Amino acid sequence: MAPSAPSITSTMSTRATTPRPSSYRYKSEKRGMTYNIMLVGQSGLGRRTFLNTLCEREVIPASEAPNPDTANVADPMRFDTYEVKLEEEGTHISLSVIDAAGFGDGLDNTSCFKQLQDYIEAQFDEVLVEESRIKRNRRYRDHRLHVLIYFIPPTGHSLRELDIELIRRLGEYVNIIPVIGRADSLTVDELQTFKRNVMRDIDFYKLPVYNFCWDESDSDALKENRDIMDFIPFSVVTCDEVLDNDYDSVRVRRYPWGTIEIDDDSQCDFVLLRYILLNSHIADLINYTEDVLYENYRTKKLEVGGFGEGEGEGEADEDDDEADEDEPSSASAKKQA
Amino acid sequence: MTAPEGQDYVGFDTITQQMERKFLKRGFNLNVILVGESGMGKSTLVNSIFTTHLVDSQGRRTAQEVIRKTTEISPVTQTLEENGVRVRLTIIDTPGFGDQCNNEGCWVPVIKYIKDQHAAYLARELKPFRDRIINDTRVHACLYFLNPGSRGLRPLDVEVLKRLTEVTNVIPVIAKSDSMTSDERTLFKRRVKEEMAFHRISTYPYTSDDDDEEDRMLNASIRDLIPFAVVGSEETIDVDGTSVRGRRHGWGVINIFDESHCDFVHLRNFMLRTHLSDLVEVTAQRHYEQFRTSQLRQIKELRDQQSAAAAAGVLPGAVVPQPPTAPLPHQPVAQV
Repeated sequence: MAPSAPSITSTMSTRATTPRPSSYRYKSEKRGMTYNIMLVGQSGLGRRTFLNTLCEREVIPASEAPNPDTANVADPMRFDTYEVKLEEEGTHISLSVIDAAGFGDGLDNTSCFKQLQDYIEAQFDEVLVEESRIKRNRRYRDHRLHVLIYFIPPTGHSLRELDIELIRRLGEYVNIIPVIGRADSLTVDELQTFKRNVMRDIDFYKLPVYNFCWDESDSDALKENRDIMDFIPFSVVTCDEVLDNDYDSVRVRRYPWGTIEIDDDSQCDFVLLRYILLNSHIADLINYTEDVLYENYRTKKLEVGGFGEGEGEGEADEDDDEADEDEPSSASAKKQA
Repeated sequence: MTAPEGQDYVGFDTITQQMERKFLKRGFNLNVILVGESGMGKSTLVNSIFTTHLVDSQGRRTAQEVIRKTTEISPVTQTLEENGVRVRLTIIDTPGFGDQCNNEGCWVPVIKYIKDQHAAYLARELKPFRDRIINDTRVHACLYFLNPGSRGLRPLDVEVLKRLTEVTNVIPVIAKSDSMTSDERTLFKRRVKEEMAFHRISTYPYTSDDDDEEDRMLNASIRDLIPFAVVGSEETIDVDGTSVRGRRHGWGVINIFDESHCDFVHLRNFMLRTHLSDLVEVTAQRHYEQFRTSQLRQIKELRDQQSAAAAAGVLPGAVVPQPPTAPLPHQPVAQV
């Protein structure tokens, strides 16, 4: 339940999203902050409607009925990208959302993890190459994933093997925020129990979900971030229709037994999650990706790619001899870093 | 006994009462298997239908519990009694089904269990001195749980349903349908029916030549509802002074017996109040018969082979070389 949600969102509004200096990110206000989100989860958990509700417009149109003969065929994973321009509290965001369709929908899903990992690494590799160019492209658009929203089904029990494997394998490449899709199928008590069970699993299996408290130097934010972590996984219900009242439009889902209001934070965590994603923590998520995740990847990649013999033998020479074709001046790049 | 006692009255219409008395004494068996991923609401639904806590949910609720790697079969038997009628109810849960990253073959233990019950019954039937009444462990109904919110059947559903419908009566349900709006439900049901028709998956009830007009209409209305969008609950909630069996959300209370909320009443009536004896009968007359025919045919073929081998002077048990039934590739056809 979210009795403290209002206080969190009100204190968070005072934290401006000041872009911190980065060696790579272009800060042009007009172009907007580059922000890349991936949505992963089995079909039927509301990924697509989540995007529409998040952007407050129909980004992904409702799909037509699939042919009956496609029911038994699992589509291979697709990465459908949607570009949206948003403005949040004065900040322009050039949002790119990648919907990882087909994850977990087949009989044998073990190849899904590798496909996701390859995708994420490919974005890192592009940046690695771009960074190393002698003449860099001013208009280069960074496609590194800043956050991966992972949809868990509302079983009410604990995490499944699929969930555990996904977080375990991808947590070192991208910030993973787990959410509960279709959370309106759980009662208040069931939701609390489920969240608790999921958190226990995360602790027990040491799953690398995004740690909101990674920046321990920022003591003001630390308390707030600890409170936010109590909400994980965030319960998400997505908007079906908009009711127009006299004074307001309300986003709802209508059932024969009642109507749930999406924007009511006592009924689901959608508003909180949206605020975190697009306002209060956008800078944190981007910075962690660039300063930590990417740097770790880069170091690993260059170590592996650069050396055939042992280390410490004059790194510059080794790089020149054994560097990848794509990295003609990786030696100079290393010196700059 | 209000039968007219005229001289022309024979009285054989009392057979129904005679049968009822015998039935009351004997009771009957009902075996239901639950197939679906964990967290679909299987245990809650079955406990709701029989208004008794029959089975515990087998879902993993603590971090220390090991995650299942295969589908387990766990039958639980209880005897229930209502107005003097006793039923030996066996609920077979299938924890682990569909829960892994790789679900290839997760249906094999389920199909094997169902066939094993047919085989056990056949074995007892074929005994020279067989029991007067064979204990019926054959699966009479399979509740197959669909995932709400998916666009329709998933690849796993298609594979499993094809195989399940060949060996038992399958009733598809959506157990946690309280996260679907009315429109979503209608759309989902339509898609599922289209996909089942396309893949020639035939679920219970079946059409039969014995059906009269009333049966046909009833079955048509049942088929219209399939898959049943139900909500299960073992809790009673107080709503404006009345106790209802339901679920309380922050935005409303679901009454599972309310037909505008879900199909629970229809499912329960269908399974227990209108088609219960039909489920048992169809299992015996259709699924068991099919199994029996194919088994006896195989036994006959085996015996024919063995007697042919004996006639040819080969010791029984020796491997009899069979002539190739088709020409081997890249070789001339064998001259036999």
